[in-house]
Amino acid sequence: MKLITAVIKPFRVDAVREALTGMGVHGLTVTEASGYGRQRGHTEVYRGAEYRIDLVPKARLEVVVEDTDADAVMDAIVTAARTGKIGDGKVWAVPVDTVVRVRTGERGPDAV
Amino acid sequence: MLLASSPSGLDTGDTAWLLASTALVLLMTPGLALFYGGMVRSKSVLNMIMMSFVSIAVVTVVWLTVGYPLAFDRDAGAGLIGNLDHLGMAGITPSSLTGHVPTLLFAAFQLTFAIITAALISGAIADRARFGAWVLFTAVWTVLVYVPVAHWVFAPDGWIAAHLGALDYAGGTVVEVNCGASGLALALVLGPRVGFKKEAMRPHNLPLVLLGAGLLWFGWFGFNAGSALGANGIAAAVLLNTQVAGCAGLLGWLVVEKRRDGHATTLGAASGAVAGLVAITPSCGSVDLPGALAIGLAAGVVCSFAVSWKFRLGFDDSLDVVGVHFVAGVIGTVLIGVFATATMTGRVSGLLHGGGLGQTGKQAVAVVVVAAYAFAVTWGIGKAIDKLMGFRASRDDELTGLDLAVHAETAYDHGVLSHGATHLSVTAGLPHSSDKAPVA
Repeated sequence: MKLITAVIKPFRVDAVREALTGMGVHGLTVTEASGYGRQRGHTEVYRGAEYRIDLVPKARLEVVVEDTDADAVMDAIVTAARTGKIGDGKVWAVPVDTVVRVRTGERGPDAV
Repeated sequence: MLLASSPSGLDTGDTAWLLASTALVLLMTPGLALFYGGMVRSKSVLNMIMMSFVSIAVVTVVWLTVGYPLAFDRDAGAGLIGNLDHLGMAGITPSSLTGHVPTLLFAAFQLTFAIITAALISGAIADRARFGAWVLFTAVWTVLVYVPVAHWVFAPDGWIAAHLGALDYAGGTVVEVNCGASGLALALVLGPRVGFKKEAMRPHNLPLVLLGAGLLWFGWFGFNAGSALGANGIAAAVLLNTQVAGCAGLLGWLVVEKRRDGHATTLGAASGAVAGLVAITPSCGSVDLPGALAIGLAAGVVCSFAVSWKFRLGFDDSLDVVGVHFVAGVIGTVLIGVFATATMTGRVSGLLHGGGLGQTGKQAVAVVVVAAYAFAVTWGIGKAIDKLMGFRASRDDELTGLDLAVHAETAYDHGVLSHGATHLSVTAGLPHSSDKAPVA
């Protein structure tokens, strides 16, 4: 199994969710996050005082899938999240030892 | 402020309007609490709001014991202070009259001015004052600073009103210049916030700021038009002047920041409206509509630049009590000398209406004396309280945020985890109870 994590633009979350649902991935964890990569922050002005805001709002998506599905899921996320502009984010995958479904106690791929 | 010198019985219309105005002005202080509260960081919003709310309580008690008689009892000499004929409001009955309204109502109306003036100062020392020290400060400051200045300007036998002849309809000197100069003094006594000029201290909730500004604007009709102390044509003219100046201030500020910074901001709109309303406060009873428009516009434009002085000069007037209230208060008070018209004042005319420069000079003297007195005495009070009990919160408390450190509360419980909160015990039970069982 693999844990796929994506940090993407918040307004692309719905598109990613629809893409994943369309390919049979029924489950996703989304966290509000903030950070920066090559895209830096923006400037805000309060009573004439300018502030540079470095951390940009992002969404962090996490989904556990079977090894055979991992590449396809990552491709789907990348396609759905892409705007072509700087700051589209990153997607990565790491191996997962075990997964347990809390309600039933199922372990391994059955729990995904 | 037009104190009728020959009372000829109670006027129910005047009384009804002043009752309503008193309630309007009282609402300005909770409005100010939101206006200020939204501008600070989320870790000290409750403390900011609390400084305004506690002013309502403290100043009310002080006003009704010694404040009102010292400010408005007959003069004790030289127009400097009233005497204590009515200490604790003794001898003032429901049938006592001031002009055509009950004296008790006049005292309540004036009380609401004293409250908000004390509360306004808190904006200069946001995020870093010890709460007990602030409570003590509001009491002492009301007696030593607000009360004498109110007597000089608002009492018919006060020296600025009676001898100098400067005009101040609803408190450009008493409220605005006073709170601004006092705020500057206190900001200097406490020193800047940790991280001032380095960290971004953004307003944490602008909708709160705009809601507060709206409540201030609403209450300002009572503040200014209530100061007519009557339901009449002057009150109507004052009300419309107030509206025009607030709008001109708002537009003036927005035009400047759109050209200068590239964006018209909500904080700019709120600040500009308040600047215009501040400037028309002293002048609302002496100018016509074009005068009100000019004064409001001048305040909006000038204050949009004045708020940067604190960064250049290095004093942390956190929420711009100086940049908005002091500066607009000076503008509005001094420009009476230019725009005053006899159709409003009944006698005095400003420069533009054939009155010469004399009135402007009187206005300037009133501003300088009130500013110097407020600054000096407030600085002394601040230093004394700092020596006595410490005025500045500890560095740790300031960094943690005063909401948690001082009040043991947090303003916002966002997110699904409620910060991992667990019920521990009930402290409000019987004094000797050690029973920690759940209460029914």
